[in-house]
Amino acid sequence: MSASGIIFSNIHDNNIPELTRLRTVASVPFACRYRFIDFTLSNMVNSNIYNISVITHYNYQSLMDHIGSGKDWDLARRSGGIKILPPYINAYANNSNLVYQTRLQALKSVNNSISRITDDYVVLSDCDVICNVDFNDIIAYHQKTDADMTIAVKSVELTPETAKINTIFTSDEEGRVTDVLSYPSNFRGVADISLNIVVMKTSYLQQIVLDAIAHDHVSLTRDVIARNMKHMNYRVYKYEGYFACISSFADYYSHSMDLLHNVEARDSLFNVKNRPVYTKVRNSTPSYYSPTSIVKNSMIADGCYIEGTVENSIIFRGAKIGRNATVKNSIIMQDSIIGEGAFLNCVITDKNAVIRDGRMLSGADTQPYYISKGKLI
Amino acid sequence: MLKKQECVAMLLAGGQGSRLYTLTEKTAKPAVRFGGKYRIIDFPLSNCVNSGIYTVGVLTQYQPLALNEYIGNGEPWDLDRVNSGVRVLPPYQAKSGADWYKGTANAIYQNLEFINRYDPDYVLILSGDHIYKMDYEKMLEAHKEKGAECTIAVLEVSLEEASRFGIMNTDDDLRITEFEEKPKQPKSTKASMGIYIFNKDLLEQYLIEDEADPESSKDFGKNIIPKMLADGRKMYAYAFSGYWKDVGTIQSLWEANMDLIGDKPEFDLRDRSWRIFSRNYSDPPQYIGEYAKISNSLITEGCEVEGIVENSVLASGVKVARGAIIKDSIIMRNVTIAEGATINYSIIDSDTKIGAGSIIGHTKSSNSGIALIGSELDIKPGSKIAGGEMVDSEWLAKNK
Repeated sequence: MSASGIIFSNIHDNNIPELTRLRTVASVPFACRYRFIDFTLSNMVNSNIYNISVITHYNYQSLMDHIGSGKDWDLARRSGGIKILPPYINAYANNSNLVYQTRLQALKSVNNSISRITDDYVVLSDCDVICNVDFNDIIAYHQKTDADMTIAVKSVELTPETAKINTIFTSDEEGRVTDVLSYPSNFRGVADISLNIVVMKTSYLQQIVLDAIAHDHVSLTRDVIARNMKHMNYRVYKYEGYFACISSFADYYSHSMDLLHNVEARDSLFNVKNRPVYTKVRNSTPSYYSPTSIVKNSMIADGCYIEGTVENSIIFRGAKIGRNATVKNSIIMQDSIIGEGAFLNCVITDKNAVIRDGRMLSGADTQPYYISKGKLI
Repeated sequence: MLKKQECVAMLLAGGQGSRLYTLTEKTAKPAVRFGGKYRIIDFPLSNCVNSGIYTVGVLTQYQPLALNEYIGNGEPWDLDRVNSGVRVLPPYQAKSGADWYKGTANAIYQNLEFINRYDPDYVLILSGDHIYKMDYEKMLEAHKEKGAECTIAVLEVSLEEASRFGIMNTDDDLRITEFEEKPKQPKSTKASMGIYIFNKDLLEQYLIEDEADPESSKDFGKNIIPKMLADGRKMYAYAFSGYWKDVGTIQSLWEANMDLIGDKPEFDLRDRSWRIFSRNYSDPPQYIGEYAKISNSLITEGCEVEGIVENSVLASGVKVARGAIIKDSIIMRNVTIAEGATINYSIIDSDTKIGAGSIIGHTKSSNSGIALIGSELDIKPGSKIAGGEMVDSEWLAKNK
């Protein structure tokens, strides 16, 4: 058994516009030293998937820079490894020469590449689901149930707010898909939402894509799953472990904070034996904590220089926290500088932001204050 | 023949470093951990890369497993290259017989073939014992400018210290007139740093001659340098100024680690213009808990700190439980320190577990010496280990 991975780097970009204005959702920084895609890539590599295509859409320079040759994920390989597939417009993809909008359109546009996959199975995944999962478990389930397609789902409590950005699957006792609702409005209650991780035989994916080109299908959910679920064996795989689906800016903040307040979340992401999370190596020095520093309940990356107070916060690589500065409930991204005596509460500073001495900034936990990349305040 | 390289570096990494006791029980000295996420060899290797020298032979002999694994294909230092790169050179069996490296000069002699494959004009000899940042390219420029046949890097030391080093006496133009190994009455304070640049052809000639001399101890400092000097070869000193520390003893290793700490540290690793590279482990970020108090310390990825840490260096993956106190200490990779343990003025090697309530070492001011705890040990809860003790598995068996 062998499997290939296909990663969609831009699907859901508009869920967190603040952080994706200059980057793909795949390259959104998360948890001190990672980008979203690190979790997906690491899951694949830790599941022995070493042949990975990343389909991009726009704003993908930061992603290319992050992935480089792929060596930090052990994906710089002569055979297989990681391949970035930038948007490729051809007459079959769509007649209006627009870059794809949906997953299925994206797959159609890389049909050439898909037709050459020789692995038995493919795992399709988005990047905005943060979890540490062994894809082999899903593939094993897929094989055991002789499924045509297996969709990983997680049972969650939904409000109309959260339901309208999720895809809900209903299934019978055996796990066969009975219905699928895309972004329903007004749904409330417990439901299985899609983790946007899908497993199928490569040959089936190839067939879906060719069929989609021939019939001008647009949506994987509507034109493939919903249309065929009665006569095909589509299954849900109920994932039990921790996952964080980042579907809004508030989600980004709350899931980040979750890592500080929920030991289980932290452990199930980072302390799983034989399943480390890889990321681009930056060769930072260890972090320095000065005699004036006070740090409580925080995650700190390497390369930081801390002279002030940090509480319930996430500090990325190379950040500097000045003397007498206070950083509370905040996320300080790579190489940001917080000046002396500054006060920050519920603030997210993007990379290279500079907060001058004595500035006071505060957001609310439901609406954190965002400072964009490189901004001086 | 491979693509020609102007200068090939040969890094002597076979030394045992017996004065580091249990730290070098299972690893060669250059692989000893340093500064939270480095090993000693990262410094000369990073210096090579930063100086534009991309062909490095690493001569290994004593306990090479950790070192071999660490160097790997050289990728962390950008030394995985097509026409050059880092190569590990252990002693080997040749047609004429097999032999260990009998001395520094003999180690290079046995690898002349490796050097000649790159047809270099110069050979840079380095050792894997020192912590420093140095631009070897500048030294090579000085070598060429002077028209030297051999250039030796020297460091100004105090007159008292001078008798511990090999001392170069030079004329005003820095041409070496005399070399004295550990002189009782030093005439100058230019100490050899053990960094040499030779014209390749000349080096080859001297190594071959030296090899044929049964009286020779096959050592650069004892044989090759004095012989060249006696022959009136053009030998120059290259004055280096800046931080340089031999980490050959427990005390100096401790001091060098401490030199990294502070808002203006003696030795600054944060300087992005001269980066020190190291092999990376995929550790998660540091987590600093609700009850932690950290002061004047370096903490590395993968650490989880709930206790008190002062004036210390914590390497990656160290866990410090609530109520534990660490002061003036160096804690190496993946050490676990349980609740209420107190650690003072100690070095604890990797993967060791310190049981709850243990008391390790004495305060630095008590002058009792550094407590050294070896790797992969299990220190039982409530243990008391005095300052100055050297703890390894034998010690533990004896002191049950």
